This record gives sequence, structure tokens and C-alpha cells, in this order.
Amino acid sequence: MIGLVSYLVFFATIASILAIAVLGLNLHWGNTGLFNGGVVAFFGAGGYATLILGGTPQAAHLGGFGLPYGLALLGGLVIAGLLAWLVGLLTIRLRHDYLAIATFGVAVAFENLVRNAQRLAGGASGLRGFERPLADTIPPGLAYNAAFFAFVLAALIATYLGLERLIRGPFGRLLRAIREDETAARALGKSPDRIRLTAFVIGSVILGLAGALYATFYAFISPQDVLPILTFQIWAMLIVGGAGNNRGAIAGAFLIWGAWTASGWALSRFAPIEVQLYTGSIQFVLIGCVIVGMLLWRPQGLFPERLVVSQSGQTDR
Amino acid sequence: MIQHLLDGILVGAILSLGAIGLTLTMHMLRFANFSHAELLSIGAYAALVFDALFSALLPALQTAIPPLSLTWTLSLATVASMALTGLSAIAIDRLIFKRVREKGGELSMVFASFGVAMVIRNLIGLGFGLNTQLYSDDIVFATVLSRDPLILVKPDQVFTLVAALAIMVVLHLVLSRTTFGYSLRAVAENPVLAQVSGINLQRMVALIWILGGTLAAAAGVFYGLTNQITPVIGRDLVLPIFAATIVGGIGSIYGAVLGGFLVGIAANLALVVLPSGYSPSVPFLILVAVLVLRPHGLFGEARAT
Repeated sequence: MIGLVSYLVFFATIASILAIAVLGLNLHWGNTGLFNGGVVAFFGAGGYATLILGGTPQAAHLGGFGLPYGLALLGGLVIAGLLAWLVGLLTIRLRHDYLAIATFGVAVAFENLVRNAQRLAGGASGLRGFERPLADTIPPGLAYNAAFFAFVLAALIATYLGLERLIRGPFGRLLRAIREDETAARALGKSPDRIRLTAFVIGSVILGLAGALYATFYAFISPQDVLPILTFQIWAMLIVGGAGNNRGAIAGAFLIWGAWTASGWALSRFAPIEVQLYTGSIQFVLIGCVIVGMLLWRPQGLFPERLVVSQSGQTDR
Repeated sequence: MIQHLLDGILVGAILSLGAIGLTLTMHMLRFANFSHAELLSIGAYAALVFDALFSALLPALQTAIPPLSLTWTLSLATVASMALTGLSAIAIDRLIFKRVREKGGELSMVFASFGVAMVIRNLIGLGFGLNTQLYSDDIVFATVLSRDPLILVKPDQVFTLVAALAIMVVLHLVLSRTTFGYSLRAVAENPVLAQVSGINLQRMVALIWILGGTLAAAAGVFYGLTNQITPVIGRDLVLPIFAATIVGGIGSIYGAVLGGFLVGIAANLALVVLPSGYSPSVPFLILVAVLVLRPHGLFGEARAT
């Protein structure tokens, strides 16, 4: 029983962290129409920066500044935001598929950098030597994991409420206006590029938050955590949940993460040993099929965006 | 330095063949096709299968063409693989891209192409195993072109380059001398106007997929001849091929050829100053530089969105 509870807490923690990332991506893609092909770069920037700033002193590589957790986390968010700002400055005015390619390239280069830069990020062996917050007050094990889950859940709820407020307010209307008709928005004196850049940075900071929480939870991050498959999983969550709908995004995160872990468990339990070697490949094929299938048969997702219209009966989408 | 230049030209030829198909489909269908590089993998593995098949049927042809490690059967297999990959490209379009295109926005296509890439890459891994494979176990010694500085070239590399260049010359002749070539260039210039002047756009889309798949298959086999065949060829080449396409300007075939060589040479020359672990990042740096300095590529023009 305790085993099951611990597992559920563990599962819900990871699912909630990923849900935060999906919310960040939803601001990019669902609300602004920005195609971010490099989700892991911003996720990783948040995670790496948090561990470098908050870790214990290290001889082999940069970091171990031992900052209080709050500051380290904040630093992670700032670094993720700065990376997004830099990438956005270069690419946001370009057509959307250029942005997709450029951000995909950012993710490849990020993984390549952290894998090779021994002095900066610990290279292929990753970053360790991180004191988890409040580790000396809360006993390790289930109690600690439950407390950390509560913290992640609070972060998820705060992100959700913050985004809902942002999207329902004037900024959200502006985003949708630009997404639907850029020329009209420009004619009203708005600057689409600047608004897009703002949305790109905010969404990336949220992705950085997810990465920081992920790295904190494991007290470890390595190049294995920033492989393109994570980008792909986070997209699948958003597409299944329904782009443009924050509640759908959260539901999609839990659904896909549940399906992912369940398929991994089933394969390791029931598949013959020679097939188990290919568990990863089978899971990748499944998730690829889920994405393509959703796009073919239910492109609006399981929980479609409810279009906000000022006059009823004006849209028939 | 000269060795790097030679290696760069070789890789460049392979990237060019990949980029031609990508630039055409990206221009025609207006989406960044992240699964295009998987066509290279399909081509490389299809040639492996055809090679085994032809070797079983025609054992007499299973001899290497000296001084290459390339066998007669593999040459035949390459042609068969080009045909099969071209057909696969159409099949993928009919099954998936065409339907997504009719359903939703342009960006759904990019998502779909990522999904397709994921499925193809891992199905190949499931079917053929995750280990690397080789067309031939024979060791072909490199020819020493010069001792100081040491420059080594394998006969297979020279063949690959010559074959790639020959394919490009044929393509050039087709583009400049045949009706298909005129239509293709008309469509690349302006799809709407081309349609108005009586070109069947649906058929052109199919022909472009065949062309792209065929060239990608050749690139995949050439890559396999000079490197190893692995299920992740597509993953490793997708960014360099995108870089070549963007350097050349989306929609420009000759730009794609030049872009391929430029990216291949630049990526290899970068190894002179950069530790080799960083080489996967070089195409990205080239890409960003071009996007900032000349957003529409060297040969591309601004196009209406």
C-alpha cells in the first residue's frame, strides 16, 4: 500500500512538472501560434542553471555557488528567459517554419554544448552535488516526496492561474488578435513582433521553471534529460489535451505521461526479453502514432479551445 | 586543412542531394518537413535489403567493381532503392501529409512531420536493429594523395562524389530541357500562376515527392558507403540538410546544391578550430548566421506568407 502511494506521489510529481512545461508551450503554440521546436533547450537551461547556482562547490566544473534555493530557482528562470530572448531577437520576425527549424537547432546545440562542455556543465556525466531544499528539516522518503509534490502542485496551480489571468486580460486578446490576423492587429497600432517576443520569453520562463523543478526533484541533470524526445512528449501532451486550452494542456500531460509509463511498465513486464531491448523504440513509435493520429482525426485535441467571442454567433468554427 | 576540405566536399554532395527534395517540398507545400532526412535512412536500408536480394538471385554479380568496395549488386540495389524511396515518399504524403494539409493549419504539418520522422526512425530500428551495419565488410585502403600534408582519399569517396555530381548534371539537364523541368521550375517560381497556365498541381506534388525521395535515397546510400548505416542517419542529418536548404534559399534547386556544399565544407573546416564533439552544432551556427544576415538565403527571394 505504502509502495503504491509512494509511486503515485512520484508519478504525480513528474506529471505535474511536465504539465507546467505544457502550459508554457501552450502560451507559445496555443495562444500565440509560435512553433517552438526546442522545448528542451529552455527546460534544460532552467534545470542546469538552478543546479549550478544552488549546488555545493564543485572542483570539476563551474558552479556550486550554494545559493539559497529560492535564488537558484529564480536564476534558472532568468537564464531560460535570457536564452529565449536571444533566440527570439534573432528569429521571431521570420516566418513560422524558420522559427521551428531555428528552435530545433537551439535544442540540438544546447544538448551538444552540455554534453561536451566539461568545465561548464559537467559534460556527459551531468551535474550532481545539489542539496535538495529543506533536506535537513523534512525526513527523506515518502514525507519529503509528498512535501515536494505539494510544492510542485502549488507551482502548477500558480502557473495555471497566472496564465489564465494573462490570457483573459488585454494581453491575451492581443495575442489571439495577432494569431488570427496580424495585419489587422498591426493596423490597430500594435507591434506583433514585440508582443510575440514577450509571449515567447514568458512561455520559455515557464518551461525553465519546469526544468528547474525536474532537476531539483532528481538533484541531478545530464544531457540524457535534454534529448529531443522530451520536446516530443511535451508536444504530444499539448496536442492530445488541446492547444489553446490550459485545462486541456494539464489533462494531456497526465494522460500522456500515464500512457508512457504504463506502456513502459507493460513492455518490461510482459514482453519477451529480446523485445525489451527495443522498449524505447516501441514507445517512440506509439507516441509518434498518437501525434499523427490526433492531427488526422481530432486536430483540436480532446479538450478543444473555446473561442472567446465578443458577439455571440459570430464564429462557426 | 585540405583533408577537411575534401571531406567537406564529399559530405556537401550528400547534403545537396538531400536538400534538393527538401527545398522543393518546403516551397510547394509550405512546411518545414522534419521527416525528409528519414528518406535518406529509408534509402540506405532499402538498398541493404535489395543488395541481399540481388546477391541471392544473381550471385555472379556479387563482385566488387575495382577499386571500389561497391559491388554490381549494390549498384543495382541503389537504383531499386531510389525507386522504392520515391514511392514511399508519395505514399507518406498520401497517407498523412495530404490529409493533415486538408484538415488544418500549416503548423500542424510540422508537428505531423516530426511524428512521421519519429515513427519511421524507430520502425527502422525495430526492423533492422539498433546496431550499425555496413554494405561491405571488405576493407578498402585509402589512397595516399600526398604525404606532406597527409591527404587520404578512399576510392569509394571519389566514386560517391562523381556519382552525386553526375546526378546533379542529369537533374540540371532535366530541369532545363524537358517539359517536366519547365513545369517544375514554374511551380517553384509561383504555384498559383503555374496552375493558371495549365499545370496540374496535384501531379506536380507527386512528382516532386518522387524526385525528392529518389535523390534522398541516393544520398542515403552514398552516406552509407562512406560512413555506417544506422537508424539515426536521419536524426544526424536533418539539421545540416535544413541548413543547406536555408543557405540556398527555400525553393531554389541550384541554391540547395550550393548550400549543401557550403554547409558540408564549412562544417568540416570548423573542425580545424573546434573540438570535434561540437561539430553537430556547426550547421546550427551557419543557419543562425544566414537567418540573421540574409533571411531568404543566398538565392531565395522574399515570398508572400
